[in-house]
Amino acid sequence: MSPNPLRSQTRLAWIQKNLLNNWFNSLLTICLGCLLVYGGVGFCHWALKSAKWGVIPTNLPLFLVGRFPADQYWRIWLLAVLLAGLSGCTWGMLASAAPRLFSPFNLVAVALAALTMVLFPLPEGNGVLVRGTLLALLLLLLATSWIAYRAHRGRPALARWLSPAWGLMFLVGFWLMVGGLGLPAVSSTTWGGLLLTLFMSLISIALSFPFGVLLALGRQSTLPLIRWLSTLYIEIVRGIPLIAVLFMALIMIPLFLPGNWRLDLVLRAILGLTLFTAAYLAETVRGGLQAIPKGQYEAASSLGLNTPLCLGLIVLPQALKISIPAIVGLFIALIQDTTLVSIVGLFDLLGMSRSILANPLFIGRYAEVYLFIGIFYWAICYAMSQGSRYLERQLNQVK
Amino acid sequence: MNPLESATLSSPALQDQPMIRAEQVEKWYDNNFHVLKGVSLSVNRGEVVVIMGPSGSGKSTFIRTFNALESYQKGSITVDGIKLSHDLKHIEAIRREVGMVFQQFNLFPHLTVLQNVTLAPIWVRRWPKAQAQDGALQLLERVGILDQAHKFPGQLSGGQQQRVAIARSLAMQPKIMLFDEPTSALDPEMVREVLDVMRTLAKSGMTMVCVTHEVGFAREVADRVVLMDGGYLVEANTPDEFFNHPREERTQRFLSQIL
Repeated sequence: MSPNPLRSQTRLAWIQKNLLNNWFNSLLTICLGCLLVYGGVGFCHWALKSAKWGVIPTNLPLFLVGRFPADQYWRIWLLAVLLAGLSGCTWGMLASAAPRLFSPFNLVAVALAALTMVLFPLPEGNGVLVRGTLLALLLLLLATSWIAYRAHRGRPALARWLSPAWGLMFLVGFWLMVGGLGLPAVSSTTWGGLLLTLFMSLISIALSFPFGVLLALGRQSTLPLIRWLSTLYIEIVRGIPLIAVLFMALIMIPLFLPGNWRLDLVLRAILGLTLFTAAYLAETVRGGLQAIPKGQYEAASSLGLNTPLCLGLIVLPQALKISIPAIVGLFIALIQDTTLVSIVGLFDLLGMSRSILANPLFIGRYAEVYLFIGIFYWAICYAMSQGSRYLERQLNQVK
Repeated sequence: MNPLESATLSSPALQDQPMIRAEQVEKWYDNNFHVLKGVSLSVNRGEVVVIMGPSGSGKSTFIRTFNALESYQKGSITVDGIKLSHDLKHIEAIRREVGMVFQQFNLFPHLTVLQNVTLAPIWVRRWPKAQAQDGALQLLERVGILDQAHKFPGQLSGGQQQRVAIARSLAMQPKIMLFDEPTSALDPEMVREVLDVMRTLAKSGMTMVCVTHEVGFAREVADRVVLMDGGYLVEANTPDEFFNHPREERTQRFLSQIL
C-alpha cells in the first residue's frame, strides 16, 4: 500500500512550519538534532559495547524480592496472579463505557511487555518456566479484563464489589508476605528490592489517604481545638524534611515505646512515610474543599443533612474529584521518596542496588544498575499517572 | 401525600398558631453591620407572603433565619411551634420541615436529577429507595422534567435546574417553602416556567415565603406583600393595597422605581 501523499505532505509542512520556519530556528533545530544523534549514538555504543549487563540477570531475584526465602517464592507468584486477575477486572469494568477495550496504544504496550518477558536475560535454571508463568500472567490480565468488560455491560451492579475486593486483596497480600495462620512466617528483614518498594508505597498510600482527608476536614472544622491541632500537625510536618521524619520514626519511636515492645523496622518506615504524606495530602484536599461553593453546604443543610452526611455525600465526592491530579502527583512523589529508606538501612530497590554494587564482583557497574532500577521507577510512576488520567476521564464523562 | 396537591397538616392544637412567628429579630454581621433592625412578621398556615425590597435591605438574610442558615442575636423566631435556638437538634428538626429554593439553584452537580431529589428522603427521612424514587418521579412529572430524570444538572437549562431544585425541596414533604429570589438568575424566557410551578404550589395550600421582584406573581398569588428597606420592615399589606394604595411614602418610591 502506498503512503497517503496528503498525509506525508502535511507532515513535511509541519516540519517546515514548526522546525525550519526561519534561519534561527533552523539553526537551533539542526544543532539540537546533531546533539541528540550524537548522544543517542554514544548511548547505544555504551549499552551494546562497553556495558556489562551480567550484573542484572545474576542479581535479578535480589532486585525483585530481596532475600525473601527461595522456597517461599510461590507466595509471591500467587500474589502476582491475584493482582493480575483483580487489576484485569478493575480495568475491564472502568473501561466498560468505552466502545473498545483494547485500543491500539494498549495493544502496543501489551506486545512490548510480552517481548520483554520473552527476551529479557534470566539467571540460569528454570528460565522457560519463569517466562511461561510471566506470559500466563499477562494472558490472565487480558482475559479477566475482557470478561469483566463484557460482564459489567450486562450487570453494572458488579462494580460495587471492586472496592471490597481490593480491601480483601490488601489483607491477603499482607498475609502472603508476612505469613502466619498456617504459612511459615517470613521476617520483614528479608524483604527487599521491588517487593519492599511496592509494599511500602502501597501501604503508605492506603493509610495516608484517609488520614490526610481527616486532617483536611479537621483544619476546616468549626471546633477550635480540632482546627488548631490539625493545623499544628500539618505545619510542623511540612516544615520537616522527610529524611528527618524517617530518622525520627526509625530511631526515636523505639525510645518512646516500652522496653519489650519492638516495632518492626519496615512498619516504622511506613509510619514515617504515612505521617509525612498525610500532611501534604491534607493541604491538597483542603484546596479541593475550598473550591466547593458555599451554596452546596447551604443546600445540603437546608435539606436537613447533618455535617457527616453533607461531607460524605456532597462535599468530599466533589472535592476529591477536583484533587485527583494533585493527589496522584503526591503519591508518585511518595513512591520516589521511598528510596530514602535505603539511607536508614532498609533494602528497597535503591538500597538493594547499593548493596549489590558493594559486592566486589560488581564494582563499578553503577550505570547499568541505576539505569535498570530507574526504568522500574519510571514504569511504576508512569502507570500511575496514566491510571489517574484514565480515572479522571471516566469521572468526567459522568458530568 | 403529594405536597403539590395538599399541604400536610399538623395536629389540631397547632392549627391556630402561625406557622412562622418572628418577633423583633435583630442581626449584626461579623463586621458589626446591623442588617436586621427589629423585624417582626408572622406567617399563617397556607399563607403566601412575598417580600420585596431594594438589594441590601436584608430580605434574603431575614428569610434565611427561618431555617437557621443565618443566626440572629436578638428577638425570637418560632417555626411550626418550635423555637429556633442555637440547639442543633432543633435546627435539624426545623430544616426537615422547611424547604428552601436558592437563587443559584445549588443542585448537586455530581448526582443525577433523580439522585438529587431522592438524596434527602433516603438519608434523612430513611425511606426505602424504591419509595423515595416513586415519590421523586411523581414530583419530577409535576414540575415537567420527568424525561430529564437521569441527566446531570449541568446538562439542563437554568429554568429546568430551578424546577429540579423545587422538586428536591418538596421531596422532603416540607410544611413551609422558602424561595430566595428563585428567578433572579434565570434568562427572561425561563422565568415563567418556574413561576408556574410556584403558582401551582401556592394554590395547593403550601405555606410560602418568597423573596422576589416578580410583581405579577406577587399581585396574583400573594396573600400579603411586604416591603423591607435598610433592615426595617416598612410595610406589610394585601397585594391590592400594597400596589394600588401604599400606606408608606417609602413604598410609593420603591414602586415608582420598579413599575
